[in-house]
Amino acid sequence: MHTLSDRAFTLSIWGAAALGAAAFLWLLGDLAWHGMAHLSWSFLVSEPLNAGRSGGIAPILVSTLLILAVALAAAIPLGLGAAIWLAEYTRRSGALGRSIRLSLDVLAGIPSIVFGLFGNAFFCVFLGLGFSILSGGLTLACMILPIFIRTSEAGLSAVSDDWRHNAAALGMTRASVLWHVLLPAAAPAVICGLMLGIGRATAETAALIFTSGYVDRMPESLSDSGRALAVHIYDLSMNVTGGDSAAYASALVLIVLIVFINTGALALSDRWLTRRITAT
Amino acid sequence: MNMPGPEPLVTYTIGGIESGPPCCEPVPHLRIANLSIAYGSATVLDNMSLDIYKGCITALIGPSGCGKTSFLTALNRLTDLIPGAKVGGSVQFEGIDVLDPNVDLLVLRRRIGMIFQKPNPFPLSIRRNLELPLREHGIRHRDVLEYKIETALREVGLWEEVRDRLDSPALALSGGQQQRLCIARALVLEPEVLLMDEPCSALDPISSGVVEELIQRLCGRLTVIIVTHNLAQARRIANYAAFLWMKESVGKLIEFGQCRNLFEAPKHELTSAYVSGATG
Ligand SMILES: Nc1ncnc2c1ncn2[C@@H]1O[C@H](COP(=O)(O)OP(=O)(O)OP(=O)(O)O)[C@@H](O)[C@H]1O
Ligand SMILES: [Mg+2]
Repeated sequence: MHTLSDRAFTLSIWGAAALGAAAFLWLLGDLAWHGMAHLSWSFLVSEPLNAGRSGGIAPILVSTLLILAVALAAAIPLGLGAAIWLAEYTRRSGALGRSIRLSLDVLAGIPSIVFGLFGNAFFCVFLGLGFSILSGGLTLACMILPIFIRTSEAGLSAVSDDWRHNAAALGMTRASVLWHVLLPAAAPAVICGLMLGIGRATAETAALIFTSGYVDRMPESLSDSGRALAVHIYDLSMNVTGGDSAAYASALVLIVLIVFINTGALALSDRWLTRRITAT
Repeated sequence: MNMPGPEPLVTYTIGGIESGPPCCEPVPHLRIANLSIAYGSATVLDNMSLDIYKGCITALIGPSGCGKTSFLTALNRLTDLIPGAKVGGSVQFEGIDVLDPNVDLLVLRRRIGMIFQKPNPFPLSIRRNLELPLREHGIRHRDVLEYKIETALREVGLWEEVRDRLDSPALALSGGQQQRLCIARALVLEPEVLLMDEPCSALDPISSGVVEELIQRLCGRLTVIIVTHNLAQARRIANYAAFLWMKESVGKLIEFGQCRNLFEAPKHELTSAYVSGATG
């Protein structure tokens, strides 16, 4: 009896895991199947022609990376600062900290179209940045900040108090405990928050259509409008008849890009961590 | 708990030592008067007064929860890190009023080091663990660092064991080695007082013996206050002993005196019952 239910349980969790993996593989397979034919080196390095039906995605790739860079450049320092403040400088049960955490959780669940409208009103119109890569990146930063702050904060709070006490007992300042001990220990959580953010940002369309726009020319500066990959895919599959294979190829590029960025982030943090452990 | 007999004295000062251990000086190093500690509204230690003698080993014994750890953390102001902790009374250390809110905590904690019950090296390399507190206190010269690190590791008998792997993670060491590393980390700052909170309780008898010998070697150079539940250990290594007990869930100092007297000729019935193993 016991072993039977045990076996059923084991079987079902394996089944669930297999199902999840299968769904992803099927998606990837489908993308590769339809997109491979269209994918080539020239697809990556040439301008789109005929509304994207032919030609490539070079300017779109560049815009995507620029938007992402702006978003991360704004979100990482702000987010880390906020997480440190929440985890280290507010009382865990204090009213202020609690209300800020609650608002961040609410913000994290807000549909991206709302961020798009906000970004348009605030960055494009109010700050006068117009439809630009800067507006798009900053809007994305707003969108990924809540989840980035909350995961980083959770990571910091999970670091054992023993180290804080040990460090204090050695007469170390709070700042150096943070830098030398707590942040490296919380790094996995911070990186995880960052990857969730990057994933969300690169997959974003709704927030970008109203902020960075959909001009598919090569951007010359951050104040130019630029079309992100996800916007391009949306446009090709919804508005452009005969754009399907280009859409598939672009989606494949997008997935590979996300995998690359995440692996890169992991490798970087690994190197940083080993350096923290041994560097002098 | 209804205990007949007179209330114990609250202030203990012992005159010159005639038969005491040679390493001790009969000079008060820490003068503790009417010390009381409360967490929120719960007083856990009340009206404790005693002198800690310079260069001596003072053992603190008593049942669980009577406030021994709290007492130690009041002496290096680690209580500041605990929300709601309040410390009253006075602690004088070499002309410094330890409980003065304006006291320089970094300097105080450098002079009064602490070893915790659970070995807690930072998640860094062995070398970095020792280097970090030194750098924090402005010691940056490479040769000086090397020299101090080696000296501290030799002192705790760890040098031969780790000299070839100074750059490997400290958390890979065994529990006993980790605790000795923590002691080295405290000693490397050359403190004048060392607070030890059950430093051997997480160790096997052999490692525990190594640490015990080490503490005995410190006698004369450092003032040591050690909390221990191991009465035999207290008896072996301590010059003075203080016995704490809970009355109506408030910790009180019942008896303080030369270790031998406390164990062999206790003045108070509670002490006598505790050291003979009848209570606690
Ligand atoms: N951070 C805290 N917040 C609230 N109460 C605390 C805190 N730390 C300790 N206490 C309480 O203070 C009392 C004394 O605790 P303390 O840790 O000083 O005892 P102890 O003598 O060291 O015990 P043990 O021998 O078990 O280590 C206990 O009743 C404990 O519950
Ligand atoms: Mg304790």
